[in-house]
Amino acid sequence: MQMPKTDESVIARREELAAGLREIVPGEGVIDGEEELRAFDCDGLMAYKQLPLIVVLPETTKQVSDILKYCHANNVKIVPRGAGTGLSGGALPLADAITLGLGKFKKILDIDFENRCVVTQPGVTNLGITTAVEHAGFYYAPDPSSQIACSIGGNVAENSGGVHCLKYGLTTNNVLGVEMVMMNGEIIRLGGKHLDSGGLDLLGVITGSEGLLGVITEVTVRILKKPETARALLIGFPTMIDAGNCVADVIAAGIIPGGMELMDKQIIHAAEDFVHAGYPLDVEGLMVVELDGPDAEVNYLVERVEEIANTANASYIRISENEDERARFWSGRKNAFPAVGRISPDYICVDGTIPRKKLAEVLRRMEGISEKHDLRVANVFHAGDGNLHPLILFDANIEGELERAELVCADILTLCVEVGGVLSGEHGIGVEKRDLMGTMFTEDDLKQQQRLKCAFDPGHLLNPGKVYPELHRCAELGKMHVHHGKLPFPDIPRL
Amino acid sequence: MADTLKPENDVQLLDAIKWAISEKTPLEVVAGGSKRTYGRPTQTAATLDVSGLAKIKIYEPAELYMTAQAGARMSEIDAALLDAGQQLSFEPPDLGPLLGGSENVATLGGIVATNLAGPRRIKDGAARDHVLGFNAVSGRGEIFKSGGTVVKNVSGFDMSKLMAGSFGTLGVMSTITVKVLPMPEKVRTLLIRWGADVPDDHVAMTAMSQALGSAHDVSAAAHLPAAITGRSGVDYVKSSSGGVTALRLEGPEPSVKHRTQVLKDEIKGFAEIEELHTKNSATLWREIRDVQPFVNCDNLPYVWRISVPPTSGSHVAASILQYLGGEVFYDWGGGLIWLALTAVPGAGAETIRAALMEMGGHATLVRAPSDIRGSVAVFQPLSGPEAMVTAKIKEGFDPDGILNPGRMYAGI
Repeated sequence: MQMPKTDESVIARREELAAGLREIVPGEGVIDGEEELRAFDCDGLMAYKQLPLIVVLPETTKQVSDILKYCHANNVKIVPRGAGTGLSGGALPLADAITLGLGKFKKILDIDFENRCVVTQPGVTNLGITTAVEHAGFYYAPDPSSQIACSIGGNVAENSGGVHCLKYGLTTNNVLGVEMVMMNGEIIRLGGKHLDSGGLDLLGVITGSEGLLGVITEVTVRILKKPETARALLIGFPTMIDAGNCVADVIAAGIIPGGMELMDKQIIHAAEDFVHAGYPLDVEGLMVVELDGPDAEVNYLVERVEEIANTANASYIRISENEDERARFWSGRKNAFPAVGRISPDYICVDGTIPRKKLAEVLRRMEGISEKHDLRVANVFHAGDGNLHPLILFDANIEGELERAELVCADILTLCVEVGGVLSGEHGIGVEKRDLMGTMFTEDDLKQQQRLKCAFDPGHLLNPGKVYPELHRCAELGKMHVHHGKLPFPDIPRL
Repeated sequence: MADTLKPENDVQLLDAIKWAISEKTPLEVVAGGSKRTYGRPTQTAATLDVSGLAKIKIYEPAELYMTAQAGARMSEIDAALLDAGQQLSFEPPDLGPLLGGSENVATLGGIVATNLAGPRRIKDGAARDHVLGFNAVSGRGEIFKSGGTVVKNVSGFDMSKLMAGSFGTLGVMSTITVKVLPMPEKVRTLLIRWGADVPDDHVAMTAMSQALGSAHDVSAAAHLPAAITGRSGVDYVKSSSGGVTALRLEGPEPSVKHRTQVLKDEIKGFAEIEELHTKNSATLWREIRDVQPFVNCDNLPYVWRISVPPTSGSHVAASILQYLGGEVFYDWGGGLIWLALTAVPGAGAETIRAALMEMGGHATLVRAPSDIRGSVAVFQPLSGPEAMVTAKIKEGFDPDGILNPGRMYAGI
């Protein structure tokens, strides 16, 4: 993985920079001891590690602003970091950059049930928001699988999803406002407790920008009333193709389930061995379909999904009769990753999205990719929205396996793009998929995205080396290339 | 007479913009023209009419998306979706009649460029939440795209959000992919018919907040004060002696039946309750969506669209109307104020913006004569850093100011 060229002059000024930061954040908020820095050397993508130059853990927006102003003035790079659970290396440190952690921003600032929103600091966990409002029957809908640990600020940076986003949307559809500090130290407030923007939708641009545009210091999210009931169906199929068709049939029937997950045989067995969820072992594909809402609606839709599944050649159907049973249906799916960790020393979790109708083709071709590189691939999908999480199983201690696993990953993502899908459904580009951006975007597409970056951070000091394989200088991007009088003009109809 | 360029394909669109750049000729970008007067008047020497890019290119009901050219008429899109039992769930409004034009000429590009949304905004989002991807030509004369056809996509910056609501100032979209969803099987609306003795709108905000804070999945909540109800084509609304609060329930039939009953019981303490069925529901919500109460009101020349925290809706409106003559109604559970004003100086902009200071929000002048739109801030004034970023984004996409220059702000 090629990272931007390290600026040795910045590394040489490490002590001076640490002293400068201590002026802003006194006490233990500035970390520069090697042992302590090690705790920050990677995020959830643990294949890549790098010690940061310095870590700073501010506690106030003013401190964040002063840190960025200081780094801006000193031309020092910043890597923003939330809880460090991201799976694409978005918070991977750089040797010549300061990692700015928001872990001390842990307060919920305002719970407003009447306006159905919560104002919170960015270091609060995703689940922490739900915990703070569930006594009144409310919850925060996006539910990434790391929700117990991941922070809401990180969710905004990554536009996180989760199993329920088919029905309830991604982070971007659930964020109402942010306070953000820009690289020059200016504090900007976007949105609030109201909907939409009065000008350009900068909030929409910030969401999912992977720490390249600013550092989020406050978030306002909308909360929803918990559905009266949720019931799940566990549906097994003799082939994955049958399962894929059933997914399409449910959607085609006008039903948008709260969650619709699909696992292949390897996952089913690994999960069953691990948590004993009661999964059938004689099926090739297993779906968990959850319907939530008012009792009357859920019961009606459960029946309809059951009918559809029967017609779609299901060989096994069970319907949860109580909360315990529903939780058990989910337990295998929710523990799929650690379960795979028991059958393989290492794995890479891929995150592409495809059009649902391409599932059969993609499954078939993934088998080919798996055979070509001689590594096993196990499959879990957010089937409802076409988001695939193939797990590439390998052993990093066997020479060449990591490299082969990376090739499998790249081949699968390229396949996703080829069939009309995208590189990342919910984990972000980060460093992991950065070099594949060219498979999805043209040079002009990427340049236009970078011009957006230039509006926020013209010096490319925020999170360089992430998302874009090559950062063009803003001055170069700003130039217009017009060839007067040389443009071909066919007959454009004129009135 | 100014030139009108009317491209019939993407190549011609690109050529038209390249021509404008090389001739330094700013373009007014139009398609159906229903919202041509929405925004500041542009100083343009030529018109780029994209209504020739009008085809629905791909519609895959089972994949829940449609790709159409930007100039495709909403009426045609709606008809195609209806055939498959689907819809754009953000309920795109038709503002043609409100702005003095015809109905059914609005296009997908126009709806996205203005980021509009109807009553279901509170549940399912606005145009911004439904654009999955697009192709466009920038003011640099370069083709660029973003997004795709799938809902879950975090590959690169979310440029779809930027294009939605940019009023054609950054790029001219040629094709747009939108998320489509199944239509609900059943629709019911509960009306709270407040008596003539209910003095203000505050209690209606409370009722809507309670309904939206319930588990009954209310998909729209609006309040029409007594002065407005008489203009409705729905008898139960028209005949009410006081204001009317409307709450919509949608979904599978057994669910709607059940929720209607339970919600009815929960709100019956407020006032008399009536129930609207399919046809009346559709009529009422279309009236609200399209701001029909303020269509053809000669005595109310100015119409504002104001987004605020829902429970502060009636307070913001009251604090404006204590100084200015006009009428108001509320959508989005109180969070969207439609305000029509008499011919007050400066269209009331200063009073309105002052009223937003405390609770936050934004106000846009949707209807006013050209001279007024040229002299007052049509869009919510930006903070210093926001204005700086906005100007730099414009510079990055349209450095020569070729596309709708000045439509949103001076220089933007």
